[in-house]
Amino acid sequence: MEILVCVTRVPDTAENEIEVNSDGTDIGRDDLVYSVNEWDNYAVEEAIQIRDRVGGSVTVVTVGDDESEEILRREMAMGADSGILLADGAFDGSDGLGIARILKAEVDKGNYDLILTGAQSEGGTAEVGGMLAALLDLPFASLVNQIEIVDEKKIKVGREIEGGNIEVSEIDLPCVLSVQTGINEPRYVGIRGIRKVASLDIPTHGAADLGVDPATVGADGARVKRMDYFIPDLGEGAEMLEGDTEEIISKLIELLKAKGGLK
Amino acid sequence: MNPDFVSPADASVFGIPVVIFTVLIPVLGMAAFTFIMAKRMAPLVRSASDPRLDRIPDRLFGMVKYAIGQWRHPRYLLAGVLHIIIFAGFMILSLRSLTLVLLGISSDFVLPGLGGIGGDIYGVLKDIAGTLVLVAVIVAMIRRGIFKPERYTVPRQYGKDHTWEAILVLALISTLMLCDMVFEGTGDAGGLHAGGFVFPLTGHWIASRIFAGASMATLQNIHLASYFIHDVVFFCFLCFLPLGKHFHVITSLPNVFFRKLRSGSVKPVKWGVDADALDDLESFGVKKFEDFTWKHILDFYTCADCGRCSDQCPANAAGRPLSPRFISVKSRDYAFKHYPIKGDICPSDAPLVGNIFTEDEIWSCTTCGACEAECPLFIEYIDKIVDLRRGMVDDGMVPQSLQKPLRALEKRGNPWGKMERKRIDWIKDKEFAAGCEVKVLDRKKTAETLYFVDSITSFDDRMQAIAQASARVLSAAGIDFGILGKLEKDSGNEVRRFGEEMLFLELRDQNTEAILKSGVQRIVTADPHAFNALTKDYEDLPPVEHISQVILKAARSGQLNFKPVTDPGKVYTYHDPCYLGRHNGLYDDPRAVLDAIPALNRIDMEKSRDRSFCCGGGGLMLFYEPEEDQRMGVLRVQMAESAGANVIVTACPFCLVNIEDAIKVSGLEGKMEAIDLVELVDQHIIAE
Repeated sequence: MEILVCVTRVPDTAENEIEVNSDGTDIGRDDLVYSVNEWDNYAVEEAIQIRDRVGGSVTVVTVGDDESEEILRREMAMGADSGILLADGAFDGSDGLGIARILKAEVDKGNYDLILTGAQSEGGTAEVGGMLAALLDLPFASLVNQIEIVDEKKIKVGREIEGGNIEVSEIDLPCVLSVQTGINEPRYVGIRGIRKVASLDIPTHGAADLGVDPATVGADGARVKRMDYFIPDLGEGAEMLEGDTEEIISKLIELLKAKGGLK
Repeated sequence: MNPDFVSPADASVFGIPVVIFTVLIPVLGMAAFTFIMAKRMAPLVRSASDPRLDRIPDRLFGMVKYAIGQWRHPRYLLAGVLHIIIFAGFMILSLRSLTLVLLGISSDFVLPGLGGIGGDIYGVLKDIAGTLVLVAVIVAMIRRGIFKPERYTVPRQYGKDHTWEAILVLALISTLMLCDMVFEGTGDAGGLHAGGFVFPLTGHWIASRIFAGASMATLQNIHLASYFIHDVVFFCFLCFLPLGKHFHVITSLPNVFFRKLRSGSVKPVKWGVDADALDDLESFGVKKFEDFTWKHILDFYTCADCGRCSDQCPANAAGRPLSPRFISVKSRDYAFKHYPIKGDICPSDAPLVGNIFTEDEIWSCTTCGACEAECPLFIEYIDKIVDLRRGMVDDGMVPQSLQKPLRALEKRGNPWGKMERKRIDWIKDKEFAAGCEVKVLDRKKTAETLYFVDSITSFDDRMQAIAQASARVLSAAGIDFGILGKLEKDSGNEVRRFGEEMLFLELRDQNTEAILKSGVQRIVTADPHAFNALTKDYEDLPPVEHISQVILKAARSGQLNFKPVTDPGKVYTYHDPCYLGRHNGLYDDPRAVLDAIPALNRIDMEKSRDRSFCCGGGGLMLFYEPEEDQRMGVLRVQMAESAGANVIVTACPFCLVNIEDAIKVSGLEGKMEAIDLVELVDQHIIAE
C-alpha cells in the first residue's frame, strides 16, 4: 500500500510560552522551538504500522521552507521511507485552501492508495484534509482513531463520536483521512535515529515542478486573511465554596438548583 | 591395625577390587563436570566484551573481603551467619573431600602438608567444621522448609517456587557431612587409625562411639558404603551446581573479583567504542541475550536467589512490576533454555523486552542502587537496566510520558521545555536579589567557583528556594562563585540512565564547553544527580564538590557559624539521597553538617546510609507514570514517622519534591515537614 502523510512544522506548545506579538499580527516567534505537528506524528506512526502489516511504502510531505526538512527527517527516522519538501516563495502566506491545492498537485504526481493528514495543526482550523479530499474528489473521513485494512480496495475506519462511542465506516481506496491523536502510541525518535537518515536525499518541489498556478496559492491566492490576534479579557474567577465537605455539597446542590442544573 | 578391616582402596566386593570404582567415579564425575562447564561457558563467549582486569590489587582485596570474608552476609543476621558457617566449612572441607577421593585410590594418601602434626590439627578442624556445617544445614532446612521467610517466595508472575532446590542441596550437603562422620567413625571402630585424638562432641566423635561395639563385618560394610555414598554424592553435587542457583558455589569468587569498581558510573554503550564512533554502531544496548556482556551473564549464573536485592528494592516495595532478583533468575532460565546441557544451543534474535521482560519492568527502576549495595555477590543491575533501556530507546519503545521531557531536553536543555533564559529567574526575585547578588558567568564576569544549579533547582518554583539558599550559604562562606545561566543545560544524569545516550552526550558536550570557557577552578552543586553526572560521566572538568562538603569545611574552619535550633520539639532525620550516599559514599558529611547546628536533635531511620530507601527517583523518573500500589515517598515518610522524626532533612531537590508530595498524600501535613540541608543551614547561619 502506497501511503502519503501530510505533515507540518509548528511551534511546540509544550516547549514554548506562546504570546501574541506587539502589533497583534501573529504570535511572537523569537525564541520559539519547532517540532512536527502532534496530530501528524500520530498519522505517520499509523502509516508505518500499516506498511509493516501489509507492505508498501510511506512518504511524508510538507509544505514549508528549508527549515521544514528537519521534521521530514524526524518522520523518516521514525520509519517513513521517503520525504518530499514542497517549497516555493509563491507558497508563503497560503491559507488552508492554498495548502490543499499545493498538496493536491503533489498527490497527482504519485500513485497513492491512502493519504493521511493530522486532524488539525497550528491554526486549529482542521480544514486541509477535507479540502484536499474535495480537490482530489476522493472519499474522506475526519478525526479517525482506528484504521483497519480490509483489502486492496477497502478499509474500515473508526471515529470517536459523542460520549466516547466509536463509529465505524467502510471507505473505498484511495481516500483521505484526517487522524486524531490517541490512534496509537508514536514511537520515540532519538538523535541517533535522525543522524542515521541525515544523508538521505529529500527532493524539493516548487510551484513550477508541481504545475501550480502561483496566483491560486500564497498570500495572493488566500481567500482567508488573518486580521488580528488578541488575548481575551480575563473573566471573573470561579467561586470557591468554603466549609466542610457536607456544607460544600449542600451549597453546590443549592447553586445547581438555582441555576437550573438540577431539577 | 586389624588385618580384617581395610580401607576402600584395598577392599574388594564380590571379588572385584573396589579401586576400579574409586577411580572410575572421579574420572566420570570430572568428565561430566567439565562437559557441563564447557556448555555453560557457551553464551559467555558469544556475548559482548567487558574489560575487567584493571586495578588487580583492588579486585583481589575485594575478593578476599567480600567473597572469602563474606563481608556483606551478616547484614541479614541469621541467614548470614548460617551461610558463613557453611561457607567456612566448605573451605576447610574441600581439602578433606579431595583427600577422601584419593584415599579410595591409595589407602595411605596424604595431601602435602597434612601429614604429621599438620594433619592432626587439620583433622580436628575438619571434624569441627563438618559438625558445624551439619548443624547449620539442619537449621537452614528448618528455616527454608518450615518457617519459609517471606523473601524467598516466588510471586506467580515470576515462575515456580525454588524451595525444593534449596532443600535438595541442603540434603546433599548433610549427606556428605554424615558420610564423612560415619566413614571416620567406622574407621576408628575398625581400628584403622586407633589412638588418634578426636575432638569431643563432633560428629566424628559421636560416630566413633556409636560404632564402637559393632561387628567387624558390619563396620567394613558401612565403612565402604559411606565411602561410596560420599564419592557418588560428591560428584553428583559438583555436577548439579552449574544447573541452578548453586552455581554460585563455583562462580562467586570470580564474580566478586570481576565486580564493577566505579559505583555511580554507567558502562559505555559498547566497550572499546568511542563516543564519536557510536553513530556507526548497527544497534544500541541490549536487545537479544547475547548483547549482554560476559560479566553480566556470569552475574546471572552467580545469583544465589537469596532475595536480598528485591527485599531492599524500593520499586518492588512500592508494588512496581520490578524485582531485581527475577531479572537475574529469568535471565538465567533463558540462558539454560537456549544453551542447554543436552542438545544443540539455540540462540534467538527475539528481543528480551516483550519476551522475558516487560517494558514497565525495565522503566520501573530508579537506579537507586539498593540492590547492588546489598548483593553479597556483587551482581550488577543498573548497567543491565541501562543497557536494556538503550535497546528500547533505539527501537523507539519509550513511554509517551517520557517522550515529552526527552524532546524538551533536546530542544531546550531541560525536561520541562522552559525557555533557556528563564534558567536565571531565581536570581532576579526581588527579595532574594536585595540580599544576595549572583554573578552570571559570561565573557565579562569570572569566578573561582561555579555553582552548577541544574534544571529542577533552576526552574521549579519550590526548588528555586534551594538555589537561593545555596547562593546565600556560598556567599556567607566567602566563596567567589557564579552560575552559567542560560548556557547551563541539564546535567543529563537520568538522560544517560534512561538509555538516551546520544542526547546525554550532546548535553555533556554543551555543559563541558560552557564550564571550561567560564574558567572556573572548581564546581559546587547542591544536586546529587548533577554531582554524580559531573564526577562520573563527564571528563576533564575542574574538581566537583557537593555543597554539603563545602559547608562542612566552612563550618570546621570557622567561616560559617550556626545558631541553635529554637524549637525543642523538632526531631530531625537525615534521608540519604541515593546519588549522594550509595553512589558517592557521602554519608557522613551531611550528618556532620547537621550535627554542627547546636541543639539539633537528630535520629537515623532504620533504613539509612547504604540501606537508604529511594524517595521515588529523580530526573526523568519524575515524569514516568509507573504502575504501583504505593508511592515510594509515602513509604519513606512512614519510615521517618515510625522512627519518631518530624523533620526529614534531605540534600537533593528530587528527594524534596517526592517527600513533600508524599507528606501531602499521607495526610501528614502539619505533623511532618521536609527541608533541604542547604535551606536548614541557611536558616541557622549567624550573619557576620
